[in-house]
Amino acid sequence: MALAGLLVADLHFNSLGRTRALLNTLATPVFWVADIPREVDDWAGQHLRSRSALIRDAERLRRENLLLQGRAQQMASLQAENLRLRALLGSTALVRNDVQVAELIGVSPDPMRHLLVINKGGQDGVYIGQPLIDAEGLVGQVVEVAEYTARVLLITDPTHSTPVQINRNGVRAIAEGNGSLDALEVHHIPVTTDIEPGDLLVSSGMGGRFPVGYPVGVVTQVDRDPGQPFARILARPSAALDRSRHVLLVFVGAEAESTRETPADRSADPAGGPAGQDSG
Amino acid sequence: MRSRAGYGIIAFTLLVAAVLAIVPNPLWLQWARPEWVALVILYWCMALPHRVGLLTAAVTGVFQDVLEGAPLGQHGLALLAVALLVALLYKRLRVFSLWQQSAMVFLIIGMHQLIDQWVQSLQGAAAGSLLFLLPALTSALVWPVVLHVLRALRRYYHMV
Repeated sequence: MALAGLLVADLHFNSLGRTRALLNTLATPVFWVADIPREVDDWAGQHLRSRSALIRDAERLRRENLLLQGRAQQMASLQAENLRLRALLGSTALVRNDVQVAELIGVSPDPMRHLLVINKGGQDGVYIGQPLIDAEGLVGQVVEVAEYTARVLLITDPTHSTPVQINRNGVRAIAEGNGSLDALEVHHIPVTTDIEPGDLLVSSGMGGRFPVGYPVGVVTQVDRDPGQPFARILARPSAALDRSRHVLLVFVGAEAESTRETPADRSADPAGGPAGQDSG
Repeated sequence: MRSRAGYGIIAFTLLVAAVLAIVPNPLWLQWARPEWVALVILYWCMALPHRVGLLTAAVTGVFQDVLEGAPLGQHGLALLAVALLVALLYKRLRVFSLWQQSAMVFLIIGMHQLIDQWVQSLQGAAAGSLLFLLPALTSALVWPVVLHVLRALRRYYHMV
């Protein structure tokens, strides 16, 4: 009976948030222990490598670095130009968001729930609803914060929906998870809408949770049945949800300002001083 | 003195089971992960029914919920059912042969999975297929190992 009461309290009211955070903090050592095999594997991967592989890697990275440096040169001038043009248009400057690297220390054992545990928590200024990205796209958002860890809901979880827009023409939609790690469903798109396989879906910023413009997924399949009002659209998430070990916590706008006390460890942000933190 | 050490051992085995329950698995093993915590609870309820019972099961279950980020009480209820069934059946379970025990484990863990699924569907994240029953099979398969390891532990520490 008590358990049933607990269940109802947890599912229907948000009264147990604090309790959960406390229990999660207590359970943190178990995550550390469970992560040891992966640590060992990582260590072996880093330290036990052949010389030829290292040389090859260094070569590749040097090439990549050259390429990126070349692009970065242009970047500075383009950014300045962009700011000038925006000033001309009278809109607010879009400031790059602050990010912090977090490491994944656990995944949900239940295949139907797409939850991750990361090694940053309340101590590092993580807050509920904070978006996460990886190198390729949007990953998910924080749903539970403990002292040293936080739990992240992936965009592919069946209970998660992401407001998106098509990068090509700006059509807005909602992308929902369907329980498989490599698919998103885009619902309620009329059959006549201009959407094609290969279209990039980016976050639209509607709802104020995710910042604008991060890639969410690529449309893989569009089924238009004239008898149905809506097309059936599948997309593949851009982020490497089942592979990435490191994710980036994005600190957005005013909420980030109020929850973060230690600006020392945030990544360098040349464009945004304290004056221009109204991004998002 | 000795009995207190016994409780330490039980807590330790449950902790190990909890770690096994959240250790990352390869993707193809995702659906087949044995229910380690349920197996350990099942063994202790069968071997020492006067020590490990409903309360232990419920508390362990809530702890597992916290670990997995499930609604509090999901595994609590499921493990409670396991403990209840074993409390009714332990005399029979003890005299069963190993494969008969395994068959019973299959049924009991199956019940565990059904309750688990039922609570999860309340949250809107129900499995689309019957694959969620697969852990019942794998749990039955690893039962002999669990039984022998825990029995060896129990005999080594003279826990009664």
